[in-house]
Amino acid sequence: MSKAPMIDRYTWYEKLGIYAGMALFLFFVLAPFIEGFLVSLKPLNHLFSTPYRFWPDDGNFDAYFRIWESVPMLGRYILNSIFISSVATLIALVMIVPAAYAFARFRFPGSGIALGAFLAVNMFSGAVLLIPLYRLMRSFGVLNTYFAMIVPGVAFLIPTGIWLLRTYMMRIPRELEEAALVDGASRFYTFRRVILPLATPGISVVAIYAFLTAYAQQFIFALTFNSKTEFMPLPVGLFAFFGRQEVIWNELMAASFVGILPVLVVFIFLQRYLVAGLTAGALKT
Amino acid sequence: MTGSRSATIFALLLLTPAVLYILAIVAYPLVDTINLSFTNAALRPTYKWVGLDNYEKIFRGDFNEVILRTFIWTFFSVALKMLIGTCGAVLLNAAVPGRAIFRVLTMPPWIVPIAIGIFMWGWMYNGQFGMISGLLQNFGLIDGPLPFLAYGHTAFWATVVTDVWIGVPMVTIYLLAAMQSIPRDLYEAAWADGAGRFYRFRRITLPMIVPAMVTMSMLSLIATFNSFDIIWILTQGGPSGQTTTMIIDTYKTAIGSYKFGEGAARAVVICVFLSVFCVLYFRTVSKFSARAGQ
Repeated sequence: MSKAPMIDRYTWYEKLGIYAGMALFLFFVLAPFIEGFLVSLKPLNHLFSTPYRFWPDDGNFDAYFRIWESVPMLGRYILNSIFISSVATLIALVMIVPAAYAFARFRFPGSGIALGAFLAVNMFSGAVLLIPLYRLMRSFGVLNTYFAMIVPGVAFLIPTGIWLLRTYMMRIPRELEEAALVDGASRFYTFRRVILPLATPGISVVAIYAFLTAYAQQFIFALTFNSKTEFMPLPVGLFAFFGRQEVIWNELMAASFVGILPVLVVFIFLQRYLVAGLTAGALKT
Repeated sequence: MTGSRSATIFALLLLTPAVLYILAIVAYPLVDTINLSFTNAALRPTYKWVGLDNYEKIFRGDFNEVILRTFIWTFFSVALKMLIGTCGAVLLNAAVPGRAIFRVLTMPPWIVPIAIGIFMWGWMYNGQFGMISGLLQNFGLIDGPLPFLAYGHTAFWATVVTDVWIGVPMVTIYLLAAMQSIPRDLYEAAWADGAGRFYRFRRITLPMIVPAMVTMSMLSLIATFNSFDIIWILTQGGPSGQTTTMIIDTYKTAIGSYKFGEGAARAVVICVFLSVFCVLYFRTVSKFSARAGQ
């Protein structure tokens, strides 16, 4: 290990301060997960006893086995969540990729305003538009279907996706496309055979972003537009469990941890690309 | 590839799917909301134009109070997000061993489904057996169990804290990226001139991240103003309406009681506020990028 350059050297009390501050900060961020995990290990008679004991000295993994019986649809909820997020990601990409290319490469009348209008969509949440969307879904007879949970959510993935991918595509050298066009390739061919392969890393970041966002935010549309248990994504499925008079907390927490496993796996393997992609897109204006 | 007509046509073709999607899912509902706000629409299939009745009704009722509460709730949430997020970014920016892991550990609240994180907070706020009340009692800071979500003012702060918790990772990571994009020569030059660490932070880091901080607080403002899941899961706007923000209020009116017309009027007022924020945001961003371009 090489020595840190002089400018980066800290005195011992500076280091102590940094680590103490870091510990406090991370405690705030992680406390619910730590507590949630410990709760999933504690038997109910430990949970419902006073005074409060933090450590699960009598802990076990029973709740992780019982949940499959007490929440019989748990597996289905998780699959629904993955399905809804995957389809939403696919639809979003179909919208995002061409639009991002248009904004990255072409100046046409109103292009600035159009980009601004897309970004303005981010300002409105689904909650504000819920009434007409609900009536729309009802009149098309698609309430209580996957369709109703997927389609509205995609609209809110598109603006950020376009923004991120546009930033990425602007860094691809123009000469490559110009060479292809000079050789007589059509614009569409150039887009498909030159740009798409080069933009694949950027498209992957957008896909990860869209999937994680769709997985994290599938609540309000699923809560409002669907009441069929078999279509519910995880958050809504567990919300019914959470809302009961007597919540079986250790099982709820165990089910939550099983449910977030898929996103944690995606995130742990891909976080480096995700952070780089998201922050690059956000800081460049 | 600018200028030519075929290029413009091709660009417009590329945009068509996304534009149609947004028109159908965002623009049309927005117009329809405004339209419905002047009607007495409800579950029954027919409805009629009632002019400004809905607006008159909501502003005669408790709506002003809801607006005020929403602004207070949003203000504290955004202020705390920015404060804690900036502290987090400064700590993560320090060149100490372990910073890469710390950065990853900051992100779970952002990544995990929002609802799941809130279930965990729901347990922590439990008065009899939850962690916060339990630890406070163990340390002798409160006398008996404190069910945070059962009283108006504690529920108000509990929902603020949870909202801050959801928002902090994003603020932290974005500000950290802003700090890391500051050219290192600036620090080295100042260091060579004998400037101390705190001085360098105050005279280099802070001024350089002001644009990112302003941008981020406006984005947080918009996100917080729209916050629904947290309050709905923890309190559904209760107890006795003390955590009812405009979004919750609209949801209860429209979806809870099927008063589409009146709910639409409430939603329109939200949209007016959001549009103001939106204009402010774009003006700030364009000001910053104009300055950066000089």
